[in-house]
Amino acid sequence: MKPPLFRYHDPASVAEAVALLASTDNAKLLAGGQSLMPMLNMRLVLPDDLIDLNRIDTLAHVRENGDVLEIGAMTRQRELERSAVVRARCPLLTAAIAHVGHQQTRNRGTLGGSLCHLDPSAELVAAAMTLDAVVSVTGRGGERKIPFAQFPQAYMTPAIAPDELVIAVSLPLWGRGHGHAFLEFARRHGDFAVCAVAVMLEKNAAGAITRAAITVAGLDAAPVRVAAAERALLGQAPSEALFRAAAEHCRELDAVGDVHAPAAYRQHLAAVLAKRALAEAAARCH
Amino acid sequence: MTTETRSIAVTVNGMRHEREVEVRLTLADLLRHRLGLTGTHIGCEHGVCGACTVLCNGQSVRACLMLAVQADGKEVSTVEGLAPDAQRLHPLQQAFSSHHGLQCGFCTPGILMTLVEFLRENPAPTEAEVRVALSGNLCRCTGYQGIVAAALDAAQRMRAAGQA
Repeated sequence: MKPPLFRYHDPASVAEAVALLASTDNAKLLAGGQSLMPMLNMRLVLPDDLIDLNRIDTLAHVRENGDVLEIGAMTRQRELERSAVVRARCPLLTAAIAHVGHQQTRNRGTLGGSLCHLDPSAELVAAAMTLDAVVSVTGRGGERKIPFAQFPQAYMTPAIAPDELVIAVSLPLWGRGHGHAFLEFARRHGDFAVCAVAVMLEKNAAGAITRAAITVAGLDAAPVRVAAAERALLGQAPSEALFRAAAEHCRELDAVGDVHAPAAYRQHLAAVLAKRALAEAAARCH
Repeated sequence: MTTETRSIAVTVNGMRHEREVEVRLTLADLLRHRLGLTGTHIGCEHGVCGACTVLCNGQSVRACLMLAVQADGKEVSTVEGLAPDAQRLHPLQQAFSSHHGLQCGFCTPGILMTLVEFLRENPAPTEAEVRVALSGNLCRCTGYQGIVAAALDAAQRMRAAGQA
């Protein structure tokens, strides 16, 4: 197997990359390559132009700006995994990254690439959904920001135009006392998740849950926030009964079956993992 | 569409090579076909088996998922560069020999290069940590037991020798 013929470009700046995107009509952007290169090797995609972003150093960064973590789109997953500021302020991301592929793929793979590839069971996509990430894109028409709830447009299709490039992801940070949990079921460590659940919780001094975010990935075309479960938790004190009842909402999510697991099993996994993740996140609240 | 080529310079195992390559040539094919370094193996060409794992600027990568042009100006380490000379083996190679860490040897170069990076960053790993580190490399022959034993033994020898 080998990639098809394409014209290769390695721009040194975002402006150059945008100009290239605007002047081509069948181009693919190459970030970490851990998803695109397999597709090229198997000739599942046939771009006329390949725009390699790896020379654009300004796209890789992790910056804490008050209550927001701003991460450049080309930041390697490896850097996120090892980042002390991510671990301190956004531990859900650290927990999720441990399940993303393997060391070898994390050394090259990027945050932006994973989000744009939008695999239904991608851990980074699930984390971004839980965190209400905001994606900054730039194109011919200038820069705009996309709230993550609106980012998945369809199966593996983000809501970005052909002439647009994702440049950064902003993560609004929760209070330092928040609890998190990321649980995944896969046949082997590092495999795509059959089902993954991400939870973040905040409690007040009286012990009542004041904020909850629950995301389930792997059931449908994109990860989903389980709003019904989140609502059921607000104002309540953590308890096994509360978490079991909230997790049952996950059983009602739309699910698609395939060779790896039938739909009903995925829904079952969602309920089980959600219950465990809620308990884990609540225990981490301080 | 015409074939597009670029001139690149890649340092492999300490030796600099200049080549004119097709832009779609993978790093794995550069190493194997253009440089004659066939120790790096092609198992799946989509990044899951790990047989093609090499080090690029010290970090383990799937050579099948990098373009040769992306290795321009970089330092690549392959299995051919592990032994210090023709008479001696790298501690990992010696341990693999002692512990039956290979049978057909197809997965072995990728596993060795993965372990070079892993032990450099984790000189005293637990068995569980070794197994997680190896999760990106598939072996159809050994059942991994000998590989894990070899990794732990090599780690200990390398710590003792101050080489890790």
